[in-house]
Amino acid sequence: MAHKTVVEDDIDILVVGAGLGGTGAAWEARFWGQDKKIIIAEKANIDRSGAVAQGLYAINCYMGTRWGENNPEDHVRYARIDLMGMVREDLLFDMARHVDSTVHQFEDWGLPIMKDPKTGQYLREGRWQIMIHGESYKPIVAEAAKKSADKVFNRICVTHLLLDDAKENRIAGAVGFNVRTGDYHVFKSKTVICGAGGASNIFKPRSVGEGAGRVWYAPWSSGSAYGLMIDAGAKMTQMENRIVLARFKDGYGPVGAYFLHLKTYTQNGMGEEYESKWFPSLQKMVGKEYLDPEVSHRTHRPIPTCLRNHAMISEVNAGRGPIHMVTMKAFQDPHLEEVGWENFLGMTIGQAVLWAATDVDPKNENPELTTSEPYVMGSHATGCGGWASGPEDVSPPEYFWGYNRMMTIEGLFGAGDAVGGTPHAFSSGSFTEGRLAAKAACKYIDDGKAEGIVVSDKQIEGRKEEIFAPLERYKVYRNEIVAGTVSPSYHHPKQGLDRLQKLMDEYCGGVTVGYMTNEKLLNICLKKLKVMEEDLEKLAAKDLHELLRAWELKHRHRTSECVTQHTLFRKETRWPGYYYRGDAMKLDDENWHVLTVSRRDPETGEYTMEKAPCYHLVDDEEEKAVAAE
Amino acid sequence: MPTFVYMTSCDGCGHCVDICPSDIMHIDPTHRRAYNIEPDMCWECYSCVKACPQNAIDARGYADFAPLGHSVRVRREEEKGTISWRIKFRDGTEKNFLSPITTKPWGSGTPQLKDVPGPTDEMRDSQHLYSEPKYIRMDEGEVHTLESNGLKMKQGVYY
Repeated sequence: MAHKTVVEDDIDILVVGAGLGGTGAAWEARFWGQDKKIIIAEKANIDRSGAVAQGLYAINCYMGTRWGENNPEDHVRYARIDLMGMVREDLLFDMARHVDSTVHQFEDWGLPIMKDPKTGQYLREGRWQIMIHGESYKPIVAEAAKKSADKVFNRICVTHLLLDDAKENRIAGAVGFNVRTGDYHVFKSKTVICGAGGASNIFKPRSVGEGAGRVWYAPWSSGSAYGLMIDAGAKMTQMENRIVLARFKDGYGPVGAYFLHLKTYTQNGMGEEYESKWFPSLQKMVGKEYLDPEVSHRTHRPIPTCLRNHAMISEVNAGRGPIHMVTMKAFQDPHLEEVGWENFLGMTIGQAVLWAATDVDPKNENPELTTSEPYVMGSHATGCGGWASGPEDVSPPEYFWGYNRMMTIEGLFGAGDAVGGTPHAFSSGSFTEGRLAAKAACKYIDDGKAEGIVVSDKQIEGRKEEIFAPLERYKVYRNEIVAGTVSPSYHHPKQGLDRLQKLMDEYCGGVTVGYMTNEKLLNICLKKLKVMEEDLEKLAAKDLHELLRAWELKHRHRTSECVTQHTLFRKETRWPGYYYRGDAMKLDDENWHVLTVSRRDPETGEYTMEKAPCYHLVDDEEEKAVAAE
Repeated sequence: MPTFVYMTSCDGCGHCVDICPSDIMHIDPTHRRAYNIEPDMCWECYSCVKACPQNAIDARGYADFAPLGHSVRVRREEEKGTISWRIKFRDGTEKNFLSPITTKPWGSGTPQLKDVPGPTDEMRDSQHLYSEPKYIRMDEGEVHTLESNGLKMKQGVYY
């Protein structure tokens, strides 16, 4: 098959991946770059792509400063206790001080936000969450992005970032292929804003067979944010911080509205409250600074998500499962029942289907909960991602190198899952990060930082050959066998994905080993990932769809390698309930109150690991309190 | 639930192929109609179901845990600005829900930033994003800074 090369030249801002982060970037870029050329490259169709494709029933990050509800620093404190202290507070503060302006604009655009009929204020689900009718959340924000962009390229799987051949460590665009036509696409650009997604499906899922599509994070979240940036040599942070979700069993329906708004609660198989009885032993693992039920009760400081997971996992392992969500009481109220169902129909339709199929009516029966397989991402209750510069007026020197949300590669920016250390951004925060990145990218160009970029034909042609190699391999070796999928000369992407999931599960702390790993297991994991990388050169694709899966697998593999390196480096158990280092079962603030930062050398494939200081926001009152102690 | 397509309803228009975020709705070359080529990569997001002009696409709960005999049907109407759902349980119980999807005539709410006056140098040097500071609090209040909120960044174990 001959693949036509399509070159899009002279781009100022290339947005790679148009989920909530990417749409925010493309939209805002037009304001700061009125004459700039803004291009979007999207793997699917921008109207229904990314994690918000099927809609959302809540916006989980809204301060409400206009009603005196919260200040940005309140949100920073919330995110940092939830993540056991390990966050980038400069980036969080910056996102939080702008996020309300994003949400207010969404309302202008027609997104239905629920309101308290008496006060006119947005209806709160919890302290940070507001409730929306968000079935069309994605098409609405996509509309805004499409109006700002010069052109949207749908169905382009971006496989690599392009680097400047004239100046080291500077971005020059991206390349990929069209999943429909098989054309090779070259985007030459002064800046790239990476809005690609985090990773589902790198750990073996609980579901089997056909059910494997029912993952918590979208199956099309292929870790491309990380695969692309790591391969280009960008520094990454907190990649060990994978997340495990406590959700309704088998459908992964969200529990936020149930806990916060419907006031449902959990109990063990005997009908007992179980969570608090695990707190004393848990407190010995993590210390009183991170778990103090008395303080939490008094000040409404949340119990970190991972610790609540730990209680659930421990209770089940003690033989007192299943864990139930007590819904029968709340669902007697018809209004609350409606909220409960619409919550799923708005964002996790599969849970409604599952309950219909199994005749579970939460009015008559308390549904089961369970903990999921791990996911690697950076916008929910975890903060994996790239090591990005913060804003000039907030960030300390170690966190600042000129342009907000710029990675350690010049001209490469990020938003959403791509930015590390910024958990609890969710949809609205990711969109806001895209806006911040867009403004900074325009400034970078206006400051003349993107002059004289050279992309050699060698780089462009080399990538082309690499991208289409799986199609060639299939053609060459297909007739070595009679029929079927078993070949001594190649693997199909699905076979590779099974292998990746099994090894990550068993060696890097997946669900079948109770989220447990240690130094020995992690070293074996790295060895197996290395061997697997050799086999990835032998992937075969029988058509363009399989070629898409092949590149998704490569991004997932690179993500997994980085996760394993980070997990090996951080020798402590910082987030019990997300994963455990069996050889270091305690939280260790003396040695590990730091952010982990990695860089993979694109030439040698070797990783360098370092510790970066953790800065916290403190205010005058806290200062005085500390001094008085 | 992975999706499937009814043979007699599908006319092969390809709307589902165009919208599927997972690239798994394809046209079968023999029957010239759409089908789900990879059910284990289907997120049951219903994008294809909502996009189908013939209502030819439905979903059936994942075979590894969902018994047969249920349905969740949807109709999304942009002109009306609504989405309606009908859930049918295995035991015959039915539940119906109706929600708005927009508060404005479809597609009319988003602004065209090409047409708004461009930023001044002062705005470029500030911490403002488009429409700020106004949209932060819907009043004249300024964007928060460390200084305005009495905050400092301090390295180490301080909370």
